Amino acid sequence: MGVIYILWLREMKRYFRSRAQMIASLGQPVLYLVGLGFGMGPVYAQAGHGNYLQFLAPGVIGMTVLFSSVFSGMGLLWDRQFGFLKETLVAPQPRILIMAGRTLGGATVAMMQGLLVTIVCVIAGFRPTNLAAIPLGFAFMALIAIVFSALGTTIGSALKDMQGFQMTMNFLVLPIFFMSGALFPLTTVGPVLRVITAIDPLAYGIDGMRSELLGAAMGQVRFGPGIDGIVLVCVALLFLSLGAYSFSKIEV
Amino acid sequence: MIRVEHLTKVFGGFEAVHNVSFEVGKGEIFAFLGPNGAGKTTTIKILTTLLQPTSGQIWLDGKDPEKEKAHARRSFGIVFQDPSLDGDMTAKENLELHAVLYGVPKKVAKPRIESLLKLFELWDRRDVQAKKFSGGMKRRLEIARGFLHTPKILFLDEPTLGLDPQSRNQLWSHVKQLNEDEQVTVFLTTHYMDEADRVAHRVAVIDHGKIVAIGSPEEIKLKTGTETLEAAFLALTGSAVRDESADPAAAMRQFAQMWKR
Repeated sequence: MGVIYILWLREMKRYFRSRAQMIASLGQPVLYLVGLGFGMGPVYAQAGHGNYLQFLAPGVIGMTVLFSSVFSGMGLLWDRQFGFLKETLVAPQPRILIMAGRTLGGATVAMMQGLLVTIVCVIAGFRPTNLAAIPLGFAFMALIAIVFSALGTTIGSALKDMQGFQMTMNFLVLPIFFMSGALFPLTTVGPVLRVITAIDPLAYGIDGMRSELLGAAMGQVRFGPGIDGIVLVCVALLFLSLGAYSFSKIEV
Repeated sequence: MIRVEHLTKVFGGFEAVHNVSFEVGKGEIFAFLGPNGAGKTTTIKILTTLLQPTSGQIWLDGKDPEKEKAHARRSFGIVFQDPSLDGDMTAKENLELHAVLYGVPKKVAKPRIESLLKLFELWDRRDVQAKKFSGGMKRRLEIARGFLHTPKILFLDEPTLGLDPQSRNQLWSHVKQLNEDEQVTVFLTTHYMDEADRVAHRVAVIDHGKIVAIGSPEEIKLKTGTETLEAAFLALTGSAVRDESADPAAAMRQFAQMWKR
């Protein structure tokens, strides 16, 4: 337990020590919120769907958690580069504990980024309609964080250099974001997109957050919180096992 | 303390280490010398369980590290050729994390961290992030960390690379002191022959994955009829320059440097 805790603590310390990074990473969500939220708002309202900012906010929160958790999982690459990874790999500890500490740390960092963006959203005018369901909203946020930290660890263990990082960004993380319904309702998409969005784990996370925070009508809920929760837990278990496996295969 | 018999490691078709056998006694300082690409780091990686040998047998502290990994890993400390500190954490935090990873109880770790930081003259800087340290200080911190869990063996892979003579001298005097005080076996590699001559009780010269000479520095000088260990080394390994292709890690570090400035 001590091992998991100390590696988790390390992620926390690194997070709180890089304030500049903390603030810089708020830039993108704020842009989406302002640029899209206020820019597309009138069009969305004209189409008869109501307030776009309300609809968009859970999507932007989900995006923040996605990016933050994938990046911290891929922090493995930096640790490999600066050599610290070796220090943990020669330690007389099972690798699964080391992987668990790192992944939990990354997920916690992502959660905190998500909380910060939630505050920004509320300042911008986001108002959850169902206050009692806020804890459940956070539970979905936590699930997103765990799923994608584990995915980040899986990829970070398999990659050897930064070139691969760009690839992952363009061919995995961005598609996950755009196909998740963070920006548009999934209830009205065509048949092709309907299939693609159904295999995107983030879609379930955001769907879950919307159904808790906004309710079925305003949130344009497609799957419903029950299915969302089950799918996310299964995907989390799958990615965690994949991450543990690929972490155990790292050679230095 | 370390026994290696007929160790061989093949990468693809390339034989990095070929049928190497040697023994290092308890409390001994043993230097492994060889040109670039001779197989020094590969041997250390195998001894420290980071690589699997293709064939051959190893005993660390009487046990097979392949079968009893955790025991083997607890019994040695290692200072890698490349830096391996967490730059964002302070000197003390780096040591505290190491103590937890090696299962050193808090009560034991606290005074040990203090005495090691004092010995390596880093106590005043204990709360400074490691990335703000000079090269010599980082090295000292890594060596202090290697000693933290009172290992029976300490591996030092080119620990003085890129350090000024003052730092090198100081570093070796600390290592020697701990070697005497705690009877730690030290297994080191270096390119500075004068260091090996001064510090090591015995040296082995390795070239193209094979041991070409082994014995005390005096014995080796006597055998080759040379006056310095450096001359002996050149006599044994020839003076042709070895090329070593940059490994992916080195290429990546270069890439990171670009980003930072």
